[in-house]
Formats: sequence, structure tokens, C-alpha cells
Amino acid sequence: MESLTLSDVEQKYYSDLFVYCDTDNTKKVASNGRVLDLFRAAQLPSEVVLQITELCGATRLGHFGRSQFYIALKLIAIAQSGLPLRVESLNSVKDLPLPRFVVGKNEAEARHAALYQDPDSQGLYPAPGTAVIPRPPGRGHQNKKGHPSSTSLPVHEVIQPLATTIESQPEPTSPVVSPHQSPPTSPHSWRKHKRQHSGGNAERQPVVAATGAVWTQFREPQTGPVAGDGMWPSHSPPLPGQESWVSFTADTPPSSTLPAMHPSSVQESTTIRTVASAATTNEIQRQSSTYDDPWKITDEQRQYYINQFKTIQPDLTGFIPGSAAKEFFTKSKLPILELSHIWELSDFDKDGALTLDEFCAAFHLVVARKNGYDLPEKLPESLMPKLIDLDDSAEVPEQTADVGYSASPVEVTPNKSPSMPSLNQAWPEMNQSNEDTAIVHPVPIRMTPSKIHMQEMELKRTGSDHNHPTSPLLAKPPELSEEAKLPASMKFVAANTVGDGYSSSDSFTSDQEPITRQRSQSGTSPEALKVVAPPPPPPRPHPSHSRSSSLDMNRTFAATSATGQPQPSTIAYPPAVPPRPLPTQTSVPLTGHRVEAESIPGGGAVLTTTSPQQIPQQPNFADFSQFQAFAASEQPSSLPEVDKHIEPGQGDKPSEGAGPLRTVKSDGQADERPSATVNSGAKGSSGPLAPPPKPVRRRLKSEDELRPEDEQHGPQKSNVIAAVLATQPSIPRSVGKDKKAIQASIRRNKETNTVLARLNSELQQQLKDLLEERISLEVQLEQLRPFSHL
Amino acid sequence: MNTNMAVCIAVIAKENYPLYIRSVPTQNELKFHYTVHTSLDVVEEKISAVGKALGDQRELYLGLLYPTEDYKVYGYVTNSKVKFVIVVDSSNTSLRDNEIRSMFRKLHNSFTDVMCNPFHNPGDTIQSKAFDGIVSGMMVQTA
Repeated sequence: MESLTLSDVEQKYYSDLFVYCDTDNTKKVASNGRVLDLFRAAQLPSEVVLQITELCGATRLGHFGRSQFYIALKLIAIAQSGLPLRVESLNSVKDLPLPRFVVGKNEAEARHAALYQDPDSQGLYPAPGTAVIPRPPGRGHQNKKGHPSSTSLPVHEVIQPLATTIESQPEPTSPVVSPHQSPPTSPHSWRKHKRQHSGGNAERQPVVAATGAVWTQFREPQTGPVAGDGMWPSHSPPLPGQESWVSFTADTPPSSTLPAMHPSSVQESTTIRTVASAATTNEIQRQSSTYDDPWKITDEQRQYYINQFKTIQPDLTGFIPGSAAKEFFTKSKLPILELSHIWELSDFDKDGALTLDEFCAAFHLVVARKNGYDLPEKLPESLMPKLIDLDDSAEVPEQTADVGYSASPVEVTPNKSPSMPSLNQAWPEMNQSNEDTAIVHPVPIRMTPSKIHMQEMELKRTGSDHNHPTSPLLAKPPELSEEAKLPASMKFVAANTVGDGYSSSDSFTSDQEPITRQRSQSGTSPEALKVVAPPPPPPRPHPSHSRSSSLDMNRTFAATSATGQPQPSTIAYPPAVPPRPLPTQTSVPLTGHRVEAESIPGGGAVLTTTSPQQIPQQPNFADFSQFQAFAASEQPSSLPEVDKHIEPGQGDKPSEGAGPLRTVKSDGQADERPSATVNSGAKGSSGPLAPPPKPVRRRLKSEDELRPEDEQHGPQKSNVIAAVLATQPSIPRSVGKDKKAIQASIRRNKETNTVLARLNSELQQQLKDLLEERISLEVQLEQLRPFSHL
Repeated sequence: MNTNMAVCIAVIAKENYPLYIRSVPTQNELKFHYTVHTSLDVVEEKISAVGKALGDQRELYLGLLYPTEDYKVYGYVTNSKVKFVIVVDSSNTSLRDNEIRSMFRKLHNSFTDVMCNPFHNPGDTIQSKAFDGIVSGMMVQTA
């Protein structure tokens, strides 16, 4: 690209034109209508235009980059002044008047253009919009407040009425108006910025500088010096300068389109919007935020959206039904397909109605689209509705159907409730935000009810197909070595994963898996175990139903899909696992814990010994005792008192834990309290029943878990702690070196985690292989009896 | 595991006209259209056959409709008599029933999302990018 030196005025003019033509805001202008119109408006013969296009390199590139565009403009100016078109003349011609563009329709404007022919008026903008084109720019000095109307725009008669219209609508348009004043200032800063930016096209610098200046002067959260740099689309990644420009366009037009969206002035506002976007391209952005995020909604816009929301739905916390929203947005005259896409993006919870956030997002997208922005494929971050309200709704599904909670976002059954998606949304949030604690808590809640259901399901139904995967697994665990048992439980989890065909299992799996993964696999076994542990009896029935798989599954599936409750199938899974955890627990590498578990009576001290902290020990202790007692009894017992501590919904599990704990308690140790506390704490922390690894994991989480529980069992804990402390004189780390002990234990736990994770992955792989074999066998069987399922 | 490899996915309306049909383009699309069309008969037969459950708990997943030597056709019908048909390659033995069910479930969910869109009129062809994305994820990955 030939280097092009432009005067300040030219620079400004060209950049304005470029922005005007850059309808897609891609920083490069395709040979689209605007550019062609512009060139036609230059009133040059078409061959000349063609020649110009070639010279500037647009034909080579296939589109008009900024530099090409500027060169083209300069060439147009050259041609208009009658000089031969030559590349060399680009820089050599001095005092070249600005290229003139005339809107064909308006002869008066053309006349004005003629008037402005005189080369001396450098800063002359095309005359047509005389009212629009302010004189001051012609002077070469840009008076900041000089022109109320869009100075920078090439002539479009539309601008005139629009400009007036714009000005006539001060309140939402005020932002539009003020930007108009910005361009004048740019020249001042040009020189300043010119020096700042090195390299690159001389054009670029001024342009950048201009924009930079514009930004700096008008926008608070200014992109500032950054604006200088990356304006060039082809040269650099969209730097803030570009962004600011883009966002500016996005922002101002949205603001300017506020009135536009008003139903009463749709048509007018459409034009205004278009013009505004063009006119304000150079304008300084009123709002700051879009600088780095073109999709952010400014406060003003948001306020406007809220007002619009109120017109449809006075209650700001309520919903706008789909039909009302459809009517409203249809007024924006966007094609239905695009509105449909906007709806898809903005209806976050897919409930067919728009909350305030969703409405604002949709509105913003409409506005952006109106201004020529392409719709994103996914909802931009800044437009995502806050999940806070989802959390509230999350609670409901939690209790009603933990399935909803456990349902993965994708696997929501067709019968999904509005709250479920929100749950899904909230669910990853929760998981991500608060690793251990969050993960722990959700898991128990989810598991318990499903386990209960599982038990019911187990008893009522014949095993479903996904039980089958588990049943072989179930069958296997006993055969497996102790070590493998724990992995088997993990396999169970994997089986869940595998059994995608089952909605409940899907959700179950998906829930478990992400949660598991998030917990760095520490929670895998605990989770599986936890799930497994509560309903030991159910697994037994499962194997009996193994082969009526298709029917069962169909029934289950039907029930599932019909009711939208994945619980049954989910339930089927967990029961399968229970037996494994027990042996696994003992086999877990954390022998120490195991020992602790086994020696419950004296385990209090022992358990506490192993854990670095007093508090964590308690849950550990509880875990072990639970397992121990559970293994011994294998009978879930209901412990109301324990239940109280446990989150709602944890029926069996807590009770089971409580049972063993109770037996432990009966030992009359001080650990009772801690165990109870721990139990609840353990429950709270997804799967305290897990074998030794759980305690390890628990230790990590125990602090978190115990903290909330501390409130509940404060006095108890303190007593227990005191007792524990008293009873454990030889606690390696507890006394005096807590920190180191904690760190050491953390390290140990992490090591254990990694080991278990490896084991888990290996076992999952084995599981997958086995499942595949099984599937292939089933397929063969099915092929032999193709219509047996009918 | 891996993305399920459907060769053709179709959504047929209650009145048995297609709302959405997409097949792996490298192959003869018309053939798949024909296959899907003929599979509708089997679907109808199954729907009426499962009347024992009185439609209340009628199984949505219809299972393998019929196998040919080249491919297998699976069916799924919603409560509003919208049918989903998935055609998979017979050579794709790794595809299990579970996976097919999950595919149908995903389709159904995505379809529900499309229906929830107030700008979508029931009976129109489905022109949702999200739905397209889901379907693409399930189709055989061709270059």
C-alpha cells in the first residue's frame, strides 16, 4: 500500500467517510453499496472509479481496507480536480480539495457541492448537507463545539433532516448530538498522537490519533493512547482504538436508537439510527464500557431498556411472555429470522419468556443489529443474565426434583421446567465458584433423593439398561481386589457416563462427572461412594433385572421422558455401587484412615490423629465410622437428629451415616459429637462416606464444610474438639504445627488424589472397554432378533 | 465417547411433512429423504401399536425402525406427534441404543427450545442456528 500522507482535515474527513462506509464495523469495507454509492456520488465517470479502485488496491484485496479507502478517496479528490490519476500524485499533490460526494437526488446539494469546489477550503466537507456540514472544519481548525450536526459525514441529504431530528430529540439523542462535536477536536490531538505512534501508515497514525483524541476527550473510560494503535484492521489486531470505535458505534447508535426503538417513532428512528451510526462513527463514545466490550450495555441504554420493559411488564421482576416480546421486537423491522436468532441468544433459560436481563440483552442485540453489527453466535458475556436469580429458582427444583439439579444443561429432558435450565446454568456457576464447598454440597443433596428414588425404583421396576452396565460392574467388584473396588465405584461413575442413553443417568453422570472433575477427582470416589453407600439393598435387586433390559429401559425411559424425571434411571445407578465402596474404603491407599475407620471406638482419637486439624478430623472420623457402621450394619437407619444437620433431601444417606455414627456414638466417646457434626458435615460435603480418600478430600474441604456446620454445631464441636484434643495427645500435626501439618496433609491428599485419579481413569477405561464389548454383544443379539423389542 | 455418527437426521411434523432434514452431503441426499419418508410408515405403525399404554406412557423412543443392509433407521416421536428420525450407517456398530436415545433426547430438547421461540411459528421449517449446531454435532463429521 502506498503510503499516503494526508492533511489533518483530509484525515478526519476520510476517517469519517470510512466509518460511514464501514457498516459492518469490520474495519474494512467491502465493495458494498455504501462505498459504491459514495464513489458514485463523487460524480466521476465509472471508468475513473474503476481505475481508482484498482489503484488503491481494493481490487487486489477484494475489499476496501482503511488504507485503500483513503487512497481511493484521495484519488477521487485528485480526479475531481481534474488531475490525472496516478499513484505518485497521491502524495505530491498539495492543496488538494477534499473529494466531493454528491447525493444524486438533491440538486441543491449538488449546487452546494459546486460552491464548495474551491480548493482553498480544505476542510470542506461535501456541501450537500450544508446545514449539516459545518464551516469550521473547513477552516482547518476543528472547533470543538462548532458543529452541532454531523460534520464528518459525507453528504447525505438524509443527514440533514435526521440531524435536526436528532437534535430535536434531546433526551435519548443527546448522546448522539454531543458526539457530533467531537470530531472537530480531533485534529488538535492528531499531531500529538502522531508522534506517539510509531511505524505503520502515516494515515493510520492520524486516523488513530483522531479517534484517540476523540475518545480521550469525550469518553471517560477512555481507551486513551491505545486508540492510537490498532485502528488498522489489516495490520494489527483490533486494539482498543478499534474497539472503541466499534463500540462507540455500537454504543452511540444504541443510545441514539433509544428513541428509535420507541414504537412511536420506529421509522424515523430507523433513519436516525442509520444516520446516527454513520454520523457518530467518529463521535466520541459517550459510554465508556464498550471500549473493550462492544456488547456491554451502558447505563443509559439499560435504563432505556428497563423503561421499555416496564411498558410491557410493569413488574420488573416478572416475565415478558413470548408473544408480547415478539410483537415488541417485530416493531424493530428486523427480519424474523434474525429476531428468532436474537431470541435464541437472549432467552437464557429457554422458558419462552424474557426476564429483565434477558429483555435487555435482546434489546441490545436488536439495537446492535440495527446498527449493522452481526449477531454473535453465542450470547456475549456481558449480556448474559445474572445467575443470581437462577440460584433462587435453583432451590425449588432442588427440592422438587433433584433431577433437575443434577440434570446437565444439555440433557434436560423434554419436559424440562424453566427452573431446570437455570439450575443448569447455576450449577456450573456454583461448581466453579466454590470448588470444594460448592461441589460438596450439591452432590449430597442431589444424591440422596435420587438414592431414595433409586431404592424405590429398584424395588418397583426391573432393572433398566443402565443398570445393566452397573450390574456387571456390580458383579465385578466383589471379584475385584480391594483396590479395584474403589475404582469400581469410580467405574460406576464412568458407567453413568457411558449410559448416556438414560436421561437420569445422563444427568446423574453429567452431574457427577463435572463435579468429580472439578474436585480434581478427589470427589469421584467419595461421590460414587456416597451415592452408592446409602442404598445397599437396591443394588441387589438390580442384577435380577439385568436382561429385561430393553423393556425395562423402555419403561424407564418412557417414564423418564414422560415425566421428565430422570430420577428413576438415576436411581438405578447409584444402588449398584454401594457394595463397592465398603470394601474400597478399606482398600484405599489411605490406610491410615482405614484403620481409623475400622477402629471407631478408639477411632476418634486415631482419626483425629491422622487429620491435621481437629475439625477436619471430625468429618473424617465421621466418615469412617459411617462406613464402618454401614459395612457392619448395611442397614440404613434413620437418624432424625442427624438429618437435621444435613441439608434437606438427604434422607437415607444421612440416616445411614447417622446410624453408624450412632453406634459409634454409643461408644460414649467424645467423638460422638464430632461424629455427628462430622456426619452432618460429611453429608454436607458430598460423600463423606467415601473411603479413606474421602477423609483426605474432606480434610481439604472440611474447613469449608465445617465452617458452615460450625455454626450449627458450634458448642458441640467445641466440646468435641476439646475432647478430641484431650484424647489425642500424640496428634502429629494438630498441636502447635497446624499450618505445616495442614500443608503436609494437603500435599498428601493431593498425592492421594492424583493416585486415585489415575486409578479412576484406568478403571474407567476398562469400564468403557467392557461396556463396548457388552454393547456389541447386545447389538449382535438384537440383530439376530430384530423385532424382539416390538 | 465420540460424537455419534448419524448420517441423516430429520424432523417431521405431525402432518408428516418435514420440518427439518439434513443428511451428510457427500451421499445421495435424495436417498435419505426417501428412506425417511418410508420410515414414517413404520413410525405410524408403531405409534398405533403401542396403544396398549394408552398413549399416556407411550414410549417416545421407538427404537430401530428397520434395518437395511446399508443403514439403520431409528425413530422417536414426541407427544405432539412430531417425529424425529435418525439414520445411521450400518457399519457403525459402535453406536449403542443408549447413544441413539441420547441423540434423540438432545434433539428433542433442542426442538423444544426452537418451539419456545416466539418468532418461530409451528409448522415452519426449523431455522435455528442452535438446532443446526446440535444436529451438526451428531452428524458424521465430514470434511
